[in-house]
Order: sequence, then C-alpha cells, then structure tokens
Amino acid sequence: MSGPESEVVQFDNVGLRYGTDREILSNVSFTLFPGRFYFLTGASGAGKTSLLKLLYLSQRPSRGAIRMFGTDVITLSRDKLPAYRRRMGVVFQDFRLVDHLSAFDNVALPLRVSGVREADLAGPVNDMLEWVGLGQRADARPATLSGGEQQRVAIARAVIGRPDMLVADEPTGNVDPDMALKLIRLFEALNRLGTTVVVATHDVQLIRKVPDSLIMRLDKGQLSDPTGALRYPPRRIEAGK
Amino acid sequence: MPWVIAIMVALTVVAAAGGLALSNLVARASGDLAGSATVQIVDPVPETRAAQARAAQRILSRDPMVEAVEILPESEVEALLEPWLGTGASDEALPIPALLDLRLRADADDAALARLADALAEAAPDARIDAQSDWLAPVLSALSTLRWMALALIALLAFTGAAAVWLAARNAFGTNRDTIEIVHLLGGNDGQIARIFQRSILFDALIGGGIGLGLGLGAVALLGAQFAALDSALVTGGGLTVGDWLMLALVPLFAIAIAVYTARMTVLSSLRKML
Repeated sequence: MSGPESEVVQFDNVGLRYGTDREILSNVSFTLFPGRFYFLTGASGAGKTSLLKLLYLSQRPSRGAIRMFGTDVITLSRDKLPAYRRRMGVVFQDFRLVDHLSAFDNVALPLRVSGVREADLAGPVNDMLEWVGLGQRADARPATLSGGEQQRVAIARAVIGRPDMLVADEPTGNVDPDMALKLIRLFEALNRLGTTVVVATHDVQLIRKVPDSLIMRLDKGQLSDPTGALRYPPRRIEAGK
Repeated sequence: MPWVIAIMVALTVVAAAGGLALSNLVARASGDLAGSATVQIVDPVPETRAAQARAAQRILSRDPMVEAVEILPESEVEALLEPWLGTGASDEALPIPALLDLRLRADADDAALARLADALAEAAPDARIDAQSDWLAPVLSALSTLRWMALALIALLAFTGAAAVWLAARNAFGTNRDTIEIVHLLGGNDGQIARIFQRSILFDALIGGGIGLGLGLGAVALLGAQFAALDSALVTGGGLTVGDWLMLALVPLFAIAIAVYTARMTVLSSLRKML
C-alpha cells in the first residue's frame, strides 16, 4: 500500500462518473512531483473541478488508481484520510468560508484542526492576514467581505499550514490584476519552500506569470495529450507560448 | 432542546420516584406480613369459641415456630367489623369469630400453616389459619405491576429522549453541513467534528437536566406531602429513603450521558456517509 514518496500524486487510468451518467473524467493518468508548479487548464465543464475534488480527497474515483504521498488512497480506510488532507491546502472556487466565523477564525481553522495551541495561533494568522492585505479585517465575517476579500481569506486559510501540496480552483478569479499577481507570487514563494502547487485556471495571462510551471490540459474529461507524454511527467510548456 | 430534555428528566424523575416508592411499599408490606398469620375460630356458641381460642393460644405459644400469639379482644374485633356490620350487632344474630394474631419466627408459608393447623385440629377443631399476606396478595401483585410499569415508563422516556436528541443532532448536522464539510476537507477527523456537537448537546442537556430535576423533585415532594397527609399505614410504607433521593438526583446525569452518546453516534453515522 505505501511506497517511497518520490511522487506527490500519481493518477493511473482514473475515471469518474456520477450515477449512470457518462464519465466526467476518463482514463486520466499523470504524476505530480514534489516542489513543482502545475497549472490545470481547460474550458468550462472540462472536468477541472472534478479532477481537483479527487486531488483534495473529497471524492473517490469510479475506477483507476490514485497514490498520494506514496500511499494508495483509494483503498485507504476513511479514518486515515484526514492525515492526508492535512498535508494539503485547498482554495475552493466558491471559497467555502465558514459564515459564522471571523476572517481570523477562518484562517486559523486548519491550525486548530491540526491541534495547534491557541497561544501559538495569533502570530501566524495575523501575519498571513496582513500579507493578503486583510490585517484590518481580521474580525470581519465573510458576509461583510467583498468577493475578492473572501477569496484572499480562502487563500490565506489554504496556505497557513505550509501544506505539502496546494490545490487552488480559479484562485484569482475575483481579485484585481495586482492582487492576482501578489497571490501568484505567494504561491511561488510556497512552491520554492517545497510545496507542490496545482492551480486550475483558464487565465492564460496568469499562466505566463509563472515561467517554470507545468501545464495539464483537460478537454471533455480527458487529459489532452494523446501521446501519453503527460503521464510521467506532465508536459512542460515554455512561458509565453 | 433544553426544554425537551427538561420535560423528559422531570417525567423520568416522577416515574422513578413512583417506582421507588412502590418498591419500598411492596418490600415493607411483604416484610411486615411475611411472618404473620391469623387464626380464626368460627363457632356459634360463644363459650365453645372462647374455650377453643384459649386452647389454641396455649398450644401455639408452646410451638417453637411461633414467636408470639395473642387473642384479639372482642371489642377490637367488633371495631374491625363495625364499618360493615354497624354498631350494636348482637352475637346471637351474627356470631363474631374469635381471632388470634400469630407472629411466626419464619415466613408463614403453606407448609408451616398446615403443620400448625394439624397441631390445633384436636383442641380447636373450628380453627382456620390464614397467612396475612394472602389477604394483601392481590394488592401487592397490583403494586408490583405498577412498579414494573414505572420501570417501563422510564425506559420509554429514555428512548423518547434519545430519539429527540437524534432528531436534533440530525437537524443540526443538516443545518451545519457546509461547515462540517469544510472542517472535514481541512483534515478534521470524525471525532473532532462529533465533539463539537457533543459539546453543544452537553450544554443543552446540562441546562435541561438541571431544570428537569428541579421540576421533577418539586412534583415528587408535593405528591409525597399529599400522600403523607392521608396518614395511612400502607401509604407511609412507600416513603423515599435518602438513597432513593440520591438515585433521583442521578436521573439528569443518565439523561446527559444518553443525550451526548446519542448525539455522538448520530453525527458519526452521518459523517461515515462522507468520504
């Protein structure tokens, strides 16, 4: 079941369908390596969000094999999955902030879940809120924040725990270009510290801002490289092309 | 939720108090009557009746099985019969039996009574011995049934309380589903999420349990005072002991334990449906 942690994630012929509908993802195979920066692109409805759900262990595939951090997570018992989820940071497309918690408490949530003592929370959480430009809004509830501010809280929550892998679904969709660049720089900084970053986006300008990134394209539920070059590892694309 | 738990606890305290009182009453009455018997001598001739009574007393007082035997004075027997026969009933019109109150060293079972009846057969041929417990047997049986019904009522209330908590926990789970999913996806395990619900239910149960205990004990005290005012030997035998009051005080603790356990199981069961 467990193996050496040479890859962060390995998908092998993964398929996903809901009920008896056609497969949303078909024969998806790829490998994510530690410390790399990946973009997942594709048109709306291509299956990006479904693929990310499999990545952040919100869903099991209908078929195929998925290994994460050297472990087969398909056959892993569900009580062991939280430990793997804690190694990931997730930025959801719809932010998914907890409405009745302040920005501070939303950002602190992953640390609390991991058992960090209350006395050790304030420093890192306030630093992170400051970094995303929300230092003055720590006590604000999500309902009182703008879409862009909510997105920044969601990003702060995803990166506060210095995850081994960061999965972000359209993380810059609601922020202005300056903030988008700033957030991408934050992701890059995390990436340089060893975090594997996977960003789903169809913003080509954003992709160009990360020259060393690797790109996976999804088209109608299939990774679009028919030669299998994506498999080990994903195809590298020069920035600007 | 606190008010549902309060009502359940109050009803359980009253039912438990009833069950304990009936238990005490049955135990006291059974204990009092277990070694008691009555010898009845029915003879129309007063002199013969009196002679047989004296003979029976003499024989019985010498029997090692008998702790005490006493002939009830005629005046006392007449007083006992007065509610049915009225005052001034003449012995000629309706002969009144001679009664001997018998206290045995052991229980007045059938074998013991048969042996004593044999001993009296010659000297007091009209004597009839009855265990006093026989008279009250139907009453004790009814009280015992009531006691079991009180226990069944407690079980039913516990079940209903658990069902109410189950519904409340399921409802709370549905209302907070988004938050739960977030905590779940951030790596929160089932135990952590269940503890959030347990804490919430524990808080409700503590408030509800306290209020319910107060209401229940108040009702029991009121009922106790009213029954005590009846000044009946049968009823006073059903008074609650210190231990009984302590047991009643434990009712909210059981309710809290049931509520917290039910909430935990409900939430864990719902969480298992998530990956």
